[in-house]
Amino acid sequence: MTGNAALLAAAVIGSLFGVLLHRGRLSSYDAVTGQFRLRDYTIAKVLLTAIVVGGVGVLVLVRAGAATYHVKSANLLGVVLGAVLFGIGMVVYGYCPGSGLAATATGSLHALVGAFGMVLGAIVYALTYDWVKANVLTVWALGKVRLPEATGIPDVIWFLALAVASGVLFFRLERRTGSQPVPPASPDPAAPPSE
Amino acid sequence: MGSSQETPLPAGRSRRPDFEPYLVGVGLGMLSWGAFGIAGDPIGVTTAYSSIASLFARPFLGADGVQDNSYWTAHPLTFDYGVVFLIALAFGALLSSVLSGTFRLEVVPRAWQERFGGSAVGSVTGRFVAAFLGGAVLMYGARLAGGCTSGHGLSGGLQLALSSWVFLLVVAVTGRAVAAVVFRGK
Repeated sequence: MTGNAALLAAAVIGSLFGVLLHRGRLSSYDAVTGQFRLRDYTIAKVLLTAIVVGGVGVLVLVRAGAATYHVKSANLLGVVLGAVLFGIGMVVYGYCPGSGLAATATGSLHALVGAFGMVLGAIVYALTYDWVKANVLTVWALGKVRLPEATGIPDVIWFLALAVASGVLFFRLERRTGSQPVPPASPDPAAPPSE
Repeated sequence: MGSSQETPLPAGRSRRPDFEPYLVGVGLGMLSWGAFGIAGDPIGVTTAYSSIASLFARPFLGADGVQDNSYWTAHPLTFDYGVVFLIALAFGALLSSVLSGTFRLEVVPRAWQERFGGSAVGSVTGRFVAAFLGGAVLMYGARLAGGCTSGHGLSGGLQLALSSWVFLLVVAVTGRAVAAVVFRGK
């Protein structure tokens, strides 16, 4: 898709994405840091559900010839180092890049300050790109690999396993916390279960 | 935590009518069908963000400096799908907060206030410095890894991409460890 049709698609999909980020509390500092503090599992619930629902649908589209995969290269040293920095930044900033923008748009001033920090991070990356490309991105570079090809386990089995694992996690979370988004305190592991 | 239960919750963010997380997940999954099937462009944020950052680099590097940069040569700023997506994302979030009556100025978030309140880190300046540095580290990491929670986490995760699942697992472990240090004792 190109031209104005692509821009229209971007406007529609982007707007809905922004609404879902906001109403799903993904643009809430407390929800993002709460996930890493294991107090609020909103992020895990949203992301795992989206991966399973989205993944099965996209798999059907690809099999039907209506879509193609756009897999990112597994330059594993870069991915691991980048993910470590990302994990540090996500806790300190309290947002990921998309939810930081959404939070800025909903009135969060510290998210706006962090958005300028993200601009600095992007500029520093551009300035160090040649060195990174030559020295980091070439290490453990496995190419655009998908788990089914890497393991020989078919797509369907991966999604079944993901759905079952997510379902078990969700069931346990809902039994423990009910519908409360934030449990008042982490349960004492030594205490007997209250049920 | 007992004391925070007794203090009245700040109006707004904690009381807004949130959607069920599972429904939001289904919605994001279905948006991905559209992104792959209709637009042919997976949902992502940081590639376009980095291209936009070149605008801010111009005053420091000059137009030539930006033009000669190999990263921005490979990812030039154009008014394309990714840039419109970011503008629409912000617009959607703004619209959602206005329509749900939850647009609020937030200077220091509640969890940060509870952890660092009373110290220099808990001040407005302290929070702004942390947000700025955190944002810079976050974006550098996203570019180094080749994507963020959207491009790797959502779009890559649902494609069962090896790179994206490595990214997700390392972010989860690192974030958990950093949060345990930053919010220790709370």
